[in-house]
Amino acid sequence: MLRRILSGDMPRNRLLSALLAAVALCLLLAPFLFPGTKPLETAARICIFIVLVASYDMLLGYTGIVSFAHTMFFGIGAYGTALALSSAGPSFVSILWGSAAGAGVAATLALAIGLFSLRVKAIFFAMVTLAIASAFAVLVSQLSHLTGGEDGLNYRIPRELTPAFRLVEERVFGVRIDGRVLSYYLVFGVSLALFLAMLRIVNSPFGRTLQAVRDNAFRAEAIGYRVVWYRTTATVLSAVMAALAGSLLALWLRYTGPATTLSMEIMIDILLMVVIGGMGTMYGAVIGATLFILAQTYLQDLMGAAEKATSAVPLVSMLIAPERWLLWLGVLFVLSVYFFPAGVVGRLRAGKS
Amino acid sequence: MSDTAIRPRLERRPLSDRLGAAVPLALVPALALAGFLAVGNPSTWLTLTVAGLAMGLMIFIMASGLTIVFGLMDVINFGHGAFISVGAFVGFTVLGWLAGWTADPRFMVNLGAVFIAIIASMAATGAMGYAFERVIVMPVYGQHLKQILVTMGGLIIAQQMIHVIWGPDAIHLARPESLRGSIVLGEAAIEKYRLLAVAIGLGLFLAMRHILRSTKIGLLVRAGVENGEMVEALGYRIRRLFLLVFMAGSALAGLGGVMWGLYQETITAHMGSEIMVLVFIVVIIGGLGSVEGCFIGALLVGLLSNYTAFVAPKVALVSTIALMVAILMWRPQGLYPVVKAK
Repeated sequence: MLRRILSGDMPRNRLLSALLAAVALCLLLAPFLFPGTKPLETAARICIFIVLVASYDMLLGYTGIVSFAHTMFFGIGAYGTALALSSAGPSFVSILWGSAAGAGVAATLALAIGLFSLRVKAIFFAMVTLAIASAFAVLVSQLSHLTGGEDGLNYRIPRELTPAFRLVEERVFGVRIDGRVLSYYLVFGVSLALFLAMLRIVNSPFGRTLQAVRDNAFRAEAIGYRVVWYRTTATVLSAVMAALAGSLLALWLRYTGPATTLSMEIMIDILLMVVIGGMGTMYGAVIGATLFILAQTYLQDLMGAAEKATSAVPLVSMLIAPERWLLWLGVLFVLSVYFFPAGVVGRLRAGKS
Repeated sequence: MSDTAIRPRLERRPLSDRLGAAVPLALVPALALAGFLAVGNPSTWLTLTVAGLAMGLMIFIMASGLTIVFGLMDVINFGHGAFISVGAFVGFTVLGWLAGWTADPRFMVNLGAVFIAIIASMAATGAMGYAFERVIVMPVYGQHLKQILVTMGGLIIAQQMIHVIWGPDAIHLARPESLRGSIVLGEAAIEKYRLLAVAIGLGLFLAMRHILRSTKIGLLVRAGVENGEMVEALGYRIRRLFLLVFMAGSALAGLGGVMWGLYQETITAHMGSEIMVLVFIVVIIGGLGSVEGCFIGALLVGLLSNYTAFVAPKVALVSTIALMVAILMWRPQGLYPVVKAK
């Protein structure tokens, strides 16, 4: 049963299985285990980013394509839902067609980019996508009458998903089941479904072909696989997944703006999560996203405390100030590319077998 | 014995081929003409053209370092933007020390201050390039994916270090006294600083062309691009050449950073990564690794973005993307593809 759900791609390491089970359990029971607003925010963010990072890993880890346009697709999904909700009113129908439209636009754009530039070298593609993504970000902030510009869009979501809504009057295990919890479970459920779908995709014959293309495109072409077709399809699939993750974010935050969806920082975060978790393993996305977002949320507090403790030492306290956490992340990033090229998951799996 | 001796026959390439190779050269004047038609007013056009050339040449300075590093070493440095920022910040610091010189109304003294700032920032970014090559790039030669990731990490670290040293706020950088303002030519107002930028950019381009075409170092660099192993077998230490080229590329980024900082008059730690988008567009248009292509690409981007900023401001950045797309449709490897860049 479990093997079937996981598409035959078992964790293959006891520690890794335990970690994944812990993450899954914590996310499943988040509203009951960690009551409060901030932990729930963090949990929802982790769910959404697992999908986003996994979809990026499908490109980077499984197909060997370096793209910097992934936040563009994420943003398209988010803006699709946001625009639908703000123009057609807060209903589930507008969420559905908004997400569908976002995914459709993302797929079309990914197809165009893919057909146009996947024939070129990896480096070329990376630079082209970087340019296109930044042009898109500028476009979004310029078209302020449609997208709200830098301020972004605020909108309302269906009443059933807001804190004002009560599903049952009495508390369940001390937690009030309000619309926020329902909303979290919607995010969690859709994320889980999308993640399992991606696990299915990469473990299908299609996914194997992607890996063949990654490892030796020339040989794959020689066997008779149309490399460009496979690369383009992978790009489109991952764009659609990213757009759906964006829709979830738009739904959860009730706000969509360039800073939350399109900024270069998010693109770098995604890269870091993929590399830390391990490229070419879907489980790497789970571990990477969880570790990263936990660090992002809680490490800064810790560093603030450390800064106070070392305030007597001038340079050290500057280096571990909470704003500097990105510096340490950069160092960690470089070190992990050198010493853990396979990331946490790859490391664990290699240690076992 | 027949009298038809076998002679080596040198076939001339057909005219269409030779014309085709020259077409990119005609793009810049063609774009300038199109700009003239779109703008209409000759003096406005002159102002915009000089501004575009100045912008293009400043981008060329930054892009040339990136493109020669790629051409010789097959390393794409996503951290190039960090060198630009660091160059600007070092230049700013030095200009701050030379406040007496920059406030002086005499042109030569001002120029001296700018010159010293440029030398200082080129030295700083060159040294930084040395460290970057040794620590960050060296372990990942030949692995593009890792190069992109690792240099991205280097970019984050360098940007954060700028925050640590110079603080997170944007810094205002005033131009020296005699480089402010503009001169009026007919009815066209041309900023003095842009003329200086044009002069430095052109000088750099000619110098690079001379070094690459007519000196021994240039010969080795060109040979290294074609076949590094062969150069190594001939007894030249190509690793040392790599390092030298990387440092030169970083120093050029520093130079570009100072120039761009003085042009914008405001510098931030992120200015490098913001301008990198244009730099990437330029090197893609030119064909990665080619200095001439980079030069033409930079002029095209500079001119086009100035014309569109005047005619239709909203499409200014998108227009350069459109230019890149159009050029890649026509020549998928860029205007002057380098052999190695497959």
